[in-house]
Amino acid sequence: MKNRTFFWFILPTLSAMVLFIALPIVSVFIQSLHIEHEQVLVVSESCGPFGCSETTAVDAAATEALREAQPLGRFNGLKTYTNRSHLAFAEVAEAWRTTDGFLAFLNRMFNLPFYKALLFTMAYTAIVTPCVLVLGLAVATGVNNLPKLLKGPTIFFSLLPMIVTPLVGALILFWMVDGDGIIGNSLQSLFDDPSLSLKASPALTWMMLMVYGVWHSLPFSFIVFYAGLQTQPKDTMEAAMIDGATTWQRMRYVTIPHLMPLVTFVTLIQLMDNFRVFEPVVSFQAQAHAPTLSWIIYNDLRESGNPLYGSAGATSMMTIIGVAILLMPVLIRTWRDYTRKAAH
Amino acid sequence: MSTQALSRTTPLKIISLALVAAWLVIAAFPFFWTLWGSFKVQADFFSKADWTNALTGAETIRETGAAFTTRGYYGAWVQEEFWRPVLNTLIVVFFTVIISLTFGTLGGYALARSGKRYAFWILMAALVFRAMPHITLVSGYLLPFFEWNVWGILPTTIIVLVAINQPFTLWMLHSFFLNIPKDMDESAMVDGCTRFQAFRHVIIPVMWPGVITTGLFSFLLAYNDFAVTSMLLSSENETMIPAIASFLGTTQVEGNVMFAVAAVVSATAPLFLLVMFFQRQIVSGLTAGAVKG
Repeated sequence: MKNRTFFWFILPTLSAMVLFIALPIVSVFIQSLHIEHEQVLVVSESCGPFGCSETTAVDAAATEALREAQPLGRFNGLKTYTNRSHLAFAEVAEAWRTTDGFLAFLNRMFNLPFYKALLFTMAYTAIVTPCVLVLGLAVATGVNNLPKLLKGPTIFFSLLPMIVTPLVGALILFWMVDGDGIIGNSLQSLFDDPSLSLKASPALTWMMLMVYGVWHSLPFSFIVFYAGLQTQPKDTMEAAMIDGATTWQRMRYVTIPHLMPLVTFVTLIQLMDNFRVFEPVVSFQAQAHAPTLSWIIYNDLRESGNPLYGSAGATSMMTIIGVAILLMPVLIRTWRDYTRKAAH
Repeated sequence: MSTQALSRTTPLKIISLALVAAWLVIAAFPFFWTLWGSFKVQADFFSKADWTNALTGAETIRETGAAFTTRGYYGAWVQEEFWRPVLNTLIVVFFTVIISLTFGTLGGYALARSGKRYAFWILMAALVFRAMPHITLVSGYLLPFFEWNVWGILPTTIIVLVAINQPFTLWMLHSFFLNIPKDMDESAMVDGCTRFQAFRHVIIPVMWPGVITTGLFSFLLAYNDFAVTSMLLSSENETMIPAIASFLGTTQVEGNVMFAVAAVVSATAPLFLLVMFFQRQIVSGLTAGAVKG
């Protein structure tokens, strides 16, 4: 295709992506270097019969004018990145000095807002992704063995948790596991503890969100693996059977190698999607014990009346760096494939 | 003979069937439970005394005289005017899908037919953009949009959703166009068509299966979005999902959780129908990217 024609064909989509994806990343970076204006204070001296006293008042009009003139705020350099609600260098150093024992130090560090969110986001990604892969493969093998008539309806119901809006799906589960919902209520009577609440303890909150994560993402890996199983060559399977391979060995040495490219694909998509987990935290109201990076950005922006653009920007930049690190192996591999193809 | 050997029942097979059965219950039960419960009163659906109340509707009978009530739906749709966000969602989703597909088919076609190095780089960039958490992008939009006075209105949200949609749409349509043989449009060009005429008269008539599949996913992205719509729309232009989220804030105080339950069921119903009618396309779309790697 000629360069000129290519340009006109790609122009709409490319300009949409540059304007609303690439430029916002730049804008986020610039915002992260700035911080909100302080309020303009006026000191006035009022003298009465008992001497003079100084009063400090906020000059609302001047503050407003300043904000109007420089909506970005004042330049703050990298200080937002290092303050208490982000990387918190001072607090971490202080914790390192004053606590004895590594565990106590970690405990303090992971109580800082950014590290807390980072820890949960990474734990969520690291636990949900393998669970989704293994369970998805197990369900796909099971469905593959079903009689033909049952396959359609099974796939229909299996798709639902993934297709349904994440916020809504998480709410549906939340209402069930909540203290008065069917599962929460049953658990209370099972453990004979009427105050048992999944929201109250950090461990249970984590578990609840991860169960939601697996519930939501399993259909995707199931469908992909199921499609992969359909293309599995029958001859290899029969040869393995004639050679006396057990069901388990056939799975391990025939099916799984055949599905390996799909495993890579699902892992990639899952890592990307799980790293930005956000809606379930809102639905489960789990922010106290299990905030995520996306959630703290959302929270900064919602700060009523006065969004913290600088703070949200700094967290966003660090999230983007996290995504870049996650993606690096894939990009390198794709690049190698491409150059190898181009060389031939 | 071989099929007989493959279909023999072994303990392993029974375990795997049990697993499928368990998964089906876990996947489907919450939806049916919520659908059933949305026709009850709060004291039944969130029963402190006995969970079987939600099945029998003891409190619902006491409060309304019948085992089923549409009070939740009345409250959500009439009292809280849920039809407004529904209307907004329709507008946003319709335009997002149409514009995404238009941009996506043009771009995807160009990428599939160009063997140049820059085409590869555009696809790589799209992959990176696909991975960006939406909320990080939103934090970049807010301040400029406030400054330009375009915050809170539907067109802004539509354009943003189109852009966020592009990386995925582009990848999907690109791999779809790769499957349409090059000879088709090239022979049209040999016959004297320009590239655009070849696209118009040869490619457009055969591209619909791929476009419909991609359109379904664009629809889902726009319909399911919470991060963008909740931050970029003012409360009178709110779409369904942020409206449900704000229901939770306001109605929980007034004890009207059932409004939110009814709204949730209303928002899920279209998706149910979508999966029912387009199951084949959704499955093929999910696997399209995977099989080619």
